[in-house]
Amino acid sequence: MRTPSLLRPGAAALLLSLAAVTTPALASPVGAAQQVVNVSPTGPVRSIRQALTMVARGGTIIVHPGVYSDTTIVVSLPVTIMGEKYPVLDGDGVRQIMTVTADSVTVRGIAFRNVGVAFTEDLAAIKVVRARYCSISDNRIDNGFFGIYLQEAQYCAVVCNVIRGTHASDATSGNGIHLWHSRDIVIQGNRVSGHRDGIYFEFVRATHVHDNISMGNLRYGLHFMFSDSCDYEGNTFRHNGAGVAVMYTHNVRMVGNHFTDNTGSAAYGLLLKEISDSELRDNIFSGNTSGLYADGATRLNAHHNTFINNGWALKLQSSTEDATFTANNFAGNTFDVSTNSRSANSTFRGNYWSEYQGYDLNRDGVGDVPYRPVRLTSVVVARYEPALILLRSNFLLLMDAAERVLPALTPETLADSAPAMRWVK
Amino acid sequence: MNTMMKVLKYQARDAIRSRWLIAYALFFLVVTDALLRFSGDPVKAQLSLVSIVLFVVPLVAIVFGTVYLYNAREFVELILAQPVDRRQTYCGLYLGLTLPLIVTFVVGLALPFVLNGLDALAWGRLAALLVAGTVLTCVFTAIATSIAVKCEDRLRGLGAAIGVWLLVTIVYDGFVLLVLAVLSDYPLERATLGLMMANPIDIARVGLLLRFDGAAMMGYTGAVFLKFFSGSAGMVVATLALTAWIIAPIAFGVRVFQRKDF
Repeated sequence: MRTPSLLRPGAAALLLSLAAVTTPALASPVGAAQQVVNVSPTGPVRSIRQALTMVARGGTIIVHPGVYSDTTIVVSLPVTIMGEKYPVLDGDGVRQIMTVTADSVTVRGIAFRNVGVAFTEDLAAIKVVRARYCSISDNRIDNGFFGIYLQEAQYCAVVCNVIRGTHASDATSGNGIHLWHSRDIVIQGNRVSGHRDGIYFEFVRATHVHDNISMGNLRYGLHFMFSDSCDYEGNTFRHNGAGVAVMYTHNVRMVGNHFTDNTGSAAYGLLLKEISDSELRDNIFSGNTSGLYADGATRLNAHHNTFINNGWALKLQSSTEDATFTANNFAGNTFDVSTNSRSANSTFRGNYWSEYQGYDLNRDGVGDVPYRPVRLTSVVVARYEPALILLRSNFLLLMDAAERVLPALTPETLADSAPAMRWVK
Repeated sequence: MNTMMKVLKYQARDAIRSRWLIAYALFFLVVTDALLRFSGDPVKAQLSLVSIVLFVVPLVAIVFGTVYLYNAREFVELILAQPVDRRQTYCGLYLGLTLPLIVTFVVGLALPFVLNGLDALAWGRLAALLVAGTVLTCVFTAIATSIAVKCEDRLRGLGAAIGVWLLVTIVYDGFVLLVLAVLSDYPLERATLGLMMANPIDIARVGLLLRFDGAAMMGYTGAVFLKFFSGSAGMVVATLALTAWIIAPIAFGVRVFQRKDF
């Protein structure tokens, strides 16, 4: 388990300052409100619900080891709920476990399990509704329908949680971390597996997704729509049913992520659909059926990425305009680039291509002849799919060679005019 | 059996001394070593070797085989002057030609890799390349032997050998692509598999593809192929098809050889 190197400084300071603000205790039904309430299976206070009626605003509830099974816990005042040695909150497979409706709530060190599955509402292990400054960290969620669900939340941190789903079908499985209409959230160091989508965003703004691992999910490792100005750094998306799909968003920044082993006919390392003005840097795409699929990725700036051992490293649809690919490495892919049009709307420059056969007479590290990454074979396969079986046949190799000399079917202008001779660091 | 072993022994000894066979070994040694040195990456070198093996091995096996048997004609006439079983003689001739070719190929291809050292993945791929080359050698020497006994005229025989090679390496795949293009409205995945089974080079190539282009093969169409070949049914069918490609020319050759009046 990795611990986060640090929260975003701004967000962390904000959280701390708000946690420090203690508002005067209100009159509570049972005597004076307490700063610290202990919950244990054998003690005087045996449930978190009961503790919530006793604790002061800004106080702390310490949950001791044991299994707690209760109706849905509604946290409606700012408190810290802290588990000691992972006490278990069990949803018995029928209900949501915790709902947070107050600002400045901290939940940490608790094991949630067995959230109810419903088709009419999104039951979650922890659902935050219209609250600010929450911090959900170091929890373990097993067999959740949805794991952590933020609805109209702001300035929250979701850090170092381990979320494991076990449902076998899309319909009976929710998302690991689900954000809807939220902004300024930090999601860091979480591990999500076995859910429908590992991390799901819809209408989210200015959120940081760092150092998470999302693997073995039924559909997407990361899935977002209409979520502008978010950044994704150092995450690993591995072996998800359909890889990662992101759509209808501006100003996405993706840096240093790994997109690995997403295999299948509809699986993409990363699928970009209507994504504009975005930056893709230092990512590694390896072992995917399709590494990067760009459909309407306008003004995409992709540089210093590595594409290695993919079936198709880059599938570029003609709807992608003014994308630039600079200083990327393409090595050991069956096809480097395939496209559905003969015109090139994107620019390639200074990339390393392991298939490049040109020379460098003046030894400046830049190949003297342009490299055309679209092979005739990939055009043929795109048109007649079963022709994939003729891959590496002498016939297609001959056709490739002829096409390279005199392009007739491949986009003549789609070329790297200054290919790098060596691996770009 | 005795006759076969004797013929085999003589033939093999003679073949090993042939300059052509030495050149063949040297070719693979030099090419493999050069690829390893220049790419610096065994996996990349092996990728280039896929095309080279699929192109060169059948060509050498069929051309060298045909020429060699024409040259051995006097020896064959001498043998047949003795009271020997013709079927055994034929098998001796075939094996005496095939085994040295296989040995030269395996040594030439594997030696640079062995000296260079490999990881597990590269070993698996090297093994696949060696198996593919070996099987292709068996198939194309079988065809070569039958051509050599069938055609009296050397020139016609050599022409037929090169014709067969062109047909299976290049023309056939062009024909398959044409079929796929013309009938592109139909689901052709299974039919394509059938077409592949009819050509030994395609069987070998597809076997190698599954090892070298795994990721691409996971796509929809690829998955159909992958499922077929990774299942036991696929292996059985592929093995049967390849065996048929070895047995059929030999059976034909033996028939001709038994009736031939030298």
